[in-house]
Amino acid sequence: MEVVRIDQISPDLVILLQWGFVTINATLVYTWLIMGILVIGSILVTRNLSTDITVSRWQNLVEVVVSGIRSEIRDIAHEEVDKYFPLIGTFFLFILLSNMLTFIPGYVAPTSSLTTTAALAMIVFVAVPYYGIKKQGIGEYLKEYFRPIFIFFPFHVMGEFSRTLALAVRLFGNIMSHEKIIGILLVVTPLFFPVVMQVLGLLIGLIQAYIFAILAMVYIASATQAHEEEKGHLKVAEKKA
Amino acid sequence: MSIIAMASIISAGLCMGFGAIGPGMGQGRAVQGALHSIAQQPDERNSLTRTLFVGLAMIESIAIYCFVISMILVFANPFWGYVMKKAGG
Repeated sequence: MEVVRIDQISPDLVILLQWGFVTINATLVYTWLIMGILVIGSILVTRNLSTDITVSRWQNLVEVVVSGIRSEIRDIAHEEVDKYFPLIGTFFLFILLSNMLTFIPGYVAPTSSLTTTAALAMIVFVAVPYYGIKKQGIGEYLKEYFRPIFIFFPFHVMGEFSRTLALAVRLFGNIMSHEKIIGILLVVTPLFFPVVMQVLGLLIGLIQAYIFAILAMVYIASATQAHEEEKGHLKVAEKKA
Repeated sequence: MSIIAMASIISAGLCMGFGAIGPGMGQGRAVQGALHSIAQQPDERNSLTRTLFVGLAMIESIAIYCFVISMILVFANPFWGYVMKKAGG
């Protein structure tokens, strides 16, 4: 069963329905599938939360994931984990789930299309000034653009745009290239080598999900923690056991 | 018309070939530095490994850009539509 032919570069080109200006393509359908799995799974797991020693298996899994993401964010943001945790956690879980399910036949990762990854990168592009202005106020945030010297303003602005573009193209390139390589290898040398490449694709998908979430957190942190060293901050070294 | 096909295929191959040299060497040096640091301070292994992976993904993205250009030239070539129209018309 072949959803995307080998000469189509992304699942955007597989159009299922079209009414007027509304187009339902394969990317949308798979995105809805991922959203459905995440939301319904979370609702089912958190129905009877228990604080005893023995918890159900699924609650244990959710707690492991949540505490792992929180410790990663704490390494970067130091004390304000709760403000950024929903956004970064959603990035990580969405991209992770959409990259991990590629071993199911007939499934095409929605992050293998530039539209999905561009949308995710646009969210980061909007979130960085939003959190920066919320934390520091608009005057202080805008002064940061002129900070080392007055000339640096266009470089900062271009850096913002190129960081967003790099986020989108990195995720798109990694996932799309893997789908295409598996497709080509199935034509050339079937039976063993594509399976090995599929496993490599799962590893790459996991790393790219982690990279996207951590980079989004680093960009937000660099916009909100501008002058910690001027105020002289004490760093309490609390390592989570 | 075949000039466009020839040029696309050759430049796709050259693009990916040259584009893999730099990131390959860069990632080798990054891993060298990380191994050196882990050997000097094994206690910080987790933080060093995490930073290594982030750095490797950033370097990898340069090679990915070249790969995307090659894929676009081979699979979603923007000049094919124009050439097909001229050949058919």
